[in-house]
Amino acid sequence: MAASSKPGSPRPPPSSSSSMAQDLFNNFSFSKTLKLKTKQQELLIRVTVLTLIYILAFITRLFSVLRYESMIHEFDPYFNYRTTLYLTKNGFAEFWNWFDSESWYPLGRIIGGTLYPGLMLTAAALYWVLRFLRFAVHIREVCVLTAPFFASNTTLVAYFFGKEIWDSGAGIVAAALIAICPGYISRSVAGSYDNEGVAIFALLLTFYLFVKAVNTGSLAWALASAFGYFYMVSAWGGYVFIINLVPLYVLVLLVTGRYSLRLYVAYNCMYVVGMLLAMQIRFVGFQHVQSGEHMAAMGVFFLMQVFFFLDWVRHLLSDAKLFEAFLRITVTGAVSVGAIALGVGTASGYISPWTGRFYSLLDPTYAKDHIPIIASVSEHQPTAWSSFMFDFHILLILFPAGLYFCFKRLSDATIFIVMYGLTSMYFAGVMVRLILVATPAVCLISAIAVSATVKNLTRLVRSQSQAVQSGSSKGASTAKSSSKGVIDNSQPFQRNGAIFLLLGAFYLLTRYAIHCTWVTSEAYSSPSIVLAARGAHGNRVIFDDYREAYFWLRQNTPPDAKVMSWWDYGYQITAMGNRTVIVDNNTWNNTHIATVGRAMSSYEDEAYEIMRSLDVDYVLVVFGGVTGYSSDDINKFLWMVRIGGGVFPVIKEPDYLVNGEYRVDKGAAPKMLNCLMYKLSYYRFGELTTEYGKPPGFDRARGVEIGNKDIKLEYLEEAFTTQNWIVRIYKVKPPKNRW
Amino acid sequence: MARSTSKDAQDLFRALWSAYSATPTNLKIIDLYVMYAVFTALIQVVYMAMVGSFPFNSFLSGVLSCVGTAVLAVCLRIQVNKENKEFKDLAPERAFADFVLCNLVLHLVIMNFLG
Repeated sequence: MAASSKPGSPRPPPSSSSSMAQDLFNNFSFSKTLKLKTKQQELLIRVTVLTLIYILAFITRLFSVLRYESMIHEFDPYFNYRTTLYLTKNGFAEFWNWFDSESWYPLGRIIGGTLYPGLMLTAAALYWVLRFLRFAVHIREVCVLTAPFFASNTTLVAYFFGKEIWDSGAGIVAAALIAICPGYISRSVAGSYDNEGVAIFALLLTFYLFVKAVNTGSLAWALASAFGYFYMVSAWGGYVFIINLVPLYVLVLLVTGRYSLRLYVAYNCMYVVGMLLAMQIRFVGFQHVQSGEHMAAMGVFFLMQVFFFLDWVRHLLSDAKLFEAFLRITVTGAVSVGAIALGVGTASGYISPWTGRFYSLLDPTYAKDHIPIIASVSEHQPTAWSSFMFDFHILLILFPAGLYFCFKRLSDATIFIVMYGLTSMYFAGVMVRLILVATPAVCLISAIAVSATVKNLTRLVRSQSQAVQSGSSKGASTAKSSSKGVIDNSQPFQRNGAIFLLLGAFYLLTRYAIHCTWVTSEAYSSPSIVLAARGAHGNRVIFDDYREAYFWLRQNTPPDAKVMSWWDYGYQITAMGNRTVIVDNNTWNNTHIATVGRAMSSYEDEAYEIMRSLDVDYVLVVFGGVTGYSSDDINKFLWMVRIGGGVFPVIKEPDYLVNGEYRVDKGAAPKMLNCLMYKLSYYRFGELTTEYGKPPGFDRARGVEIGNKDIKLEYLEEAFTTQNWIVRIYKVKPPKNRW
Repeated sequence: MARSTSKDAQDLFRALWSAYSATPTNLKIIDLYVMYAVFTALIQVVYMAMVGSFPFNSFLSGVLSCVGTAVLAVCLRIQVNKENKEFKDLAPERAFADFVLCNLVLHLVIMNFLG
């Protein structure tokens, strides 16, 4: 651990000061011994630094493997792992047509048509390549290391992107910043085998290629960006961000009078080919022409055609008055046709309106009022300020500075990065998990700030040592001339100031590196399927209850047993326990989830009827009262009530609250004390002394003594409880055969 | 009023036509190609409106094939037009190669999508 954290800390300073390092190398004998020209030296240093960053980005994400073991983390990755396993075993065609009867019993799920296959195909391809090269790896290792590998690739893309929008110095800084930025690491540590791991790479690649296409006006780059978009669509639902940001960018350029033929070529080729490619993903299907979220892109596409046509006609017609007449006719015609098409499409239901997820992105309060199933997920909550600080650290301060530099040197590329940064920052404020999308933009813009500042300061320092400075700078020529003008007035003072500021910048970057390494090792490397806590003597205690329970299910229940649990654990039960579940994390059928929520919040006899109707054999609940594990089912219970009550009005939230307060002790609501979830969680708990000096039945997760210690189960029986009571499994008794 | 508008329109088209006649022949050929593609797309849309869009993927691939072809051809036209200073250092051969590549990808995808 110490070994891998060490290279983390000193990395950004040398990379950010590549120009300074180059200067040092110039003065020393290095160049004489190797006989390299300045350009070659620069190239050598750049490649070396990039290689180090590449390696660093990979190894800093390995904390979780070192701390725990090589395993898949959390919830969704287990589904991805299971499907990847299926893909490598049965081949692509089987995978594409897979009907999964093990989830959403009795409905089942068409896996091939309801998932983004990019991640699984990527991992499977890596696996096949490695096997072809005669590396006998297990598919699990490939899955665990996919995210770090793609994070490394992202640093390379960030370098090229930074080079495209500013210069190679900014590119290197951007690569270094993004390599260790906690906002990105949170989703790409080893074992976090989720769509985002490859999607951020695809997102940044698409944007880079698009900006490149706009800058060059070349069809080939536009085609490449369409392929990047295709990969993004195949990997993550966040592609909607691209298909809305790019038209918005085009619109802004049109409005600000920066329309160019390069833009026309880049956008149209990218849109048409990208849209067609995206339709090949079955989960996305016809959405590009039917759903409201994608209409902006199509509208801008038509707008571009009209705009181009008008521009061309104006070019042909020398007479301004004639052109005006023409303009009036065409614009009225185009606007009315567009409005009619949109109106008819929406009214006839051909264009579906915006989905709830989209609304909840634009309006943070929307989900809470309308869609409890989205609001119940903790990563969909609005972001707290502290988590911005936690995930970005100094980048939060550098971001506005970078914006300043971007505005100072406005070009098509910098406008793009500014818009990307601002929009994604807004979305990051709306939902915690979207900090991830903002991270590349924040890193790039901050890198511009760092690079430009350090460059200016080093120029000040160097212009002192060398009386005449060779004008080799490409970019900030205005800054250069102004600084030169000032130098003549007060030279010694400014030089000291520059050195002081440089040291300050290095100090800040060092703090950033230390912070990132600390966050990675402490906060983001927990697999959350194995829990770790500090014991009374400071020793580490491992709770491996989840895997214990799933292994028990796998070994001790009939292969066709159906397990009912809250949807959070569905993927894990199917992947690790290999048993059929009623609901899982896919959450595609709200009614089905509400039925489970209703069963959990009903009295035992009513719940028994529901469970019989769903063929449930086992019920699994997660309980943290013994260990003090706070994200257990009792703490999630109000969401079950809300989601269940949303479909079945017999479940009413106030029945479970006392004066609007949620409690489990003696003062709890009677319905609460007797509902199925309460009974299953606290069964036999009243006999247990959890903490010294407390009465038996003391719940450590909520810090109270429970209210109902004498729980009798009539229709269920306890089947298994794990070592630390985190997972409890109950068997549903068959109906009585005599009366 | 109506007469003056129609006269204006006549003037307009005459002016447009005379200005257009000066364009080089190779650009005119591309223009014809674009018009042909747009026209084909329109026919398909009209057909869809009359008959219905049942195999929606087939309809989409048909229309998008035409639209894509037209747009790519316009891009090619922009790139090989000598008057556009932005593309001065882009050789026409390179532009044509890009065009062919894009068309290849477009139509391979459409073949997959046709159903």
